Amino acid sequence: MTFVVCAALGLGLANLQAANPMLDKYPTDKVNTTGLAVTDDTVTVGQLHSITGTMAISETGSVEAERLAIEQINAAGGILGRQIKIIQEDGASDWPTFAEKSKKLIIKDKVACVFGCWTSASRKAVLPIFEKENNMLYYPTFYEGLEDSKNVIYTGQEATQQILYGLDWAYDTLNSRTFYLIGSDYIWPRTSMKIARKHVENFLTKKDPKCKVVGEEYYPLGHTNFRSLINKVKLKKPDLMFTAVVGGSNVAWYKQLKSAGVTSDKYNLLTISTTEDEVLGIGGENCEGFYSSMKYFQSLDNPANKAFVAAFKKKWGEDSVIGDVTQAAYLGPWLWKFTVEKCGSFDIDKIAEASGGVEFKDAPEGYVRIHDTNHHLWSYSKIGKFLKNGQFEVVSTSPDLIEPYPYPEGYQ
Amino acid sequence: MGDYTYQEIFSVITMQSFAGVSLLCIYVLMGLGLYIVFGQMGVINMAHAEFLVMGSYTMCLVSRMVTDAVPGLLDFYFLLAIPLAFAIPFGVGYLVEMSLISRLYKRPLDTLLATWGLSLVLQQCFRTFIGAREMSATLPEWMMGSWSPADGIDIPLSGLILMVLTILLTAGLVIFQRKTSWGLKMRATTQNREMSGALGINTKMTDRLTFAIACGISGVAGAFFTTIASTSPTAGTNYIVDAFLVLVVGGLGSLFGLFISGGFLALLSSILEFFMTGSLAKVWLYLIIFAVLMKFTKGLFSEKIRT
Repeated sequence: MTFVVCAALGLGLANLQAANPMLDKYPTDKVNTTGLAVTDDTVTVGQLHSITGTMAISETGSVEAERLAIEQINAAGGILGRQIKIIQEDGASDWPTFAEKSKKLIIKDKVACVFGCWTSASRKAVLPIFEKENNMLYYPTFYEGLEDSKNVIYTGQEATQQILYGLDWAYDTLNSRTFYLIGSDYIWPRTSMKIARKHVENFLTKKDPKCKVVGEEYYPLGHTNFRSLINKVKLKKPDLMFTAVVGGSNVAWYKQLKSAGVTSDKYNLLTISTTEDEVLGIGGENCEGFYSSMKYFQSLDNPANKAFVAAFKKKWGEDSVIGDVTQAAYLGPWLWKFTVEKCGSFDIDKIAEASGGVEFKDAPEGYVRIHDTNHHLWSYSKIGKFLKNGQFEVVSTSPDLIEPYPYPEGYQ
Repeated sequence: MGDYTYQEIFSVITMQSFAGVSLLCIYVLMGLGLYIVFGQMGVINMAHAEFLVMGSYTMCLVSRMVTDAVPGLLDFYFLLAIPLAFAIPFGVGYLVEMSLISRLYKRPLDTLLATWGLSLVLQQCFRTFIGAREMSATLPEWMMGSWSPADGIDIPLSGLILMVLTILLTAGLVIFQRKTSWGLKMRATTQNREMSGALGINTKMTDRLTFAIACGISGVAGAFFTTIASTSPTAGTNYIVDAFLVLVVGGLGSLFGLFISGGFLALLSSILEFFMTGSLAKVWLYLIIFAVLMKFTKGLFSEKIRT
């Protein structure tokens, strides 16, 4: 009896070996020289987002997208013949917790890389740990820039890709000359608006001296009364409201704009913070006709995106929507896979080295490529027009890939 | 303001005043439930905000159900949602009083801890059973527009409705407290529980109903917030600080004080917001409140002697 079981086990193992030809080509002692959690048939990665707390609302989409990507990669044979296993940790919307959990993932679990973080605050909290312990973070959010690290791949847009393209588009297409800058009060909107102001004052004025910023305002996170601000906007009559209002405030902001008669037939608004996720709460009828500058919209018309949207809805429900960051999170596992396959190793130094130039040809958003030196993505910027049904109509796409430019000269 | 015509300045003053009045209504709506529980019963209800959110969710869910099932009734679902937004928090409040608060009347500070725990539990319930994402009600078309009596002046209709509702609720509460026997029993019980009991008032039942009514009113206030903002499990926390401040500045237990301090803070914040940026206005508002409370430690209109 014992003999039979042993024989069966042995056969099973032999079968597994036979089913994993990659192992001959990439034996574990060759692809993992630094003691990461990689075995002959699995590789373990970390996922670090807020499942609880105030940021859970935003980060849920990222978690779902990363899980979908990993599932698809596993179904397609995994990575160097190894199936990906996930250890998920909850950052709980609390930056010290993010730091602690990232330490746990890297030092105790020895994960091969981490997909995670959303706010800049959480990224800044974990960054020194990733650099000191030498591990790789795939970070999905569009953010303010002014950072680059060999241990981070930034799969969202950095500020200039979103802002400069958006403002130039408004200048050319909407004939915007006067700008009112509005944001929630924390680092990302403030840095973004600083870049926007410099762009108007230093660059757009060269094309037309009439260009100027007529107002700049920040409201606390979670603020829900914008009536005074709206009155000021009506008094100044800007050609464009350029906004970065985040989270729940968005709903109050658009509803009150509509109820005060500030609608798209009389005013133009371009946002860098509102995606399909927020529109779900705002209600399409409240923001119809305004514009959003992003690199991805759920309604993008290409085969890769159609397949992505269908797979996402199949896994996470027919009612789910996909915003810009959700798609950027989906890129993370794939870019990691391509990089590992390019250098034939899970070692962090080799991945950091090989990341430059890695392409994802059929990404849902279109072609993207990791920049040779700064680890951000070359990508196409797009402008979407809010539709009543909560989706966007893409009205403009940049003619070329836009180079990431995290330390823009003349904008600091 | 040299660049603007008189007409523009006039219309901005009009709209700004209206913004102030809307804010007053928001303060009063938020404060009403707290005023009963905190001001009258002496119970510090840290879960007040969650009862508000409960009302908001009721509104959102009713609106969603109506949109899905009978879209033709979208214009009228308010008539159903508002009573429900009262009834559900009322019921939950009733149970909470029975199981939790009623054991703590002799230890008012412990109500703070107990209700704080309750608020965390409720938040997690919202997150688990309804979802973490922001939600908002689909408003009927007639509530979304604005009324413009003159060129350049737009008075939001949702603001007008908010005003009417605030007046109705406050008037209803005043009449209930001053003119009905229930109101009399409620006032007596909150002023002196033992004496009222000795006089034959069923203080247990009175306390229970008072607390439940306060929760119900918070729910209606919450239902109304969905017309201007969104609902999420923690949305209530955005309002609770302001509500406490208005109540404390007004002086506990005084409905008149609630109105005056609400008006004072609303006026102040809409003036400040107009002349400086939003975040700075908030800082100044808190500094001024701080100064007022230094001078009037019991609030502007503290009630007569309490037991």
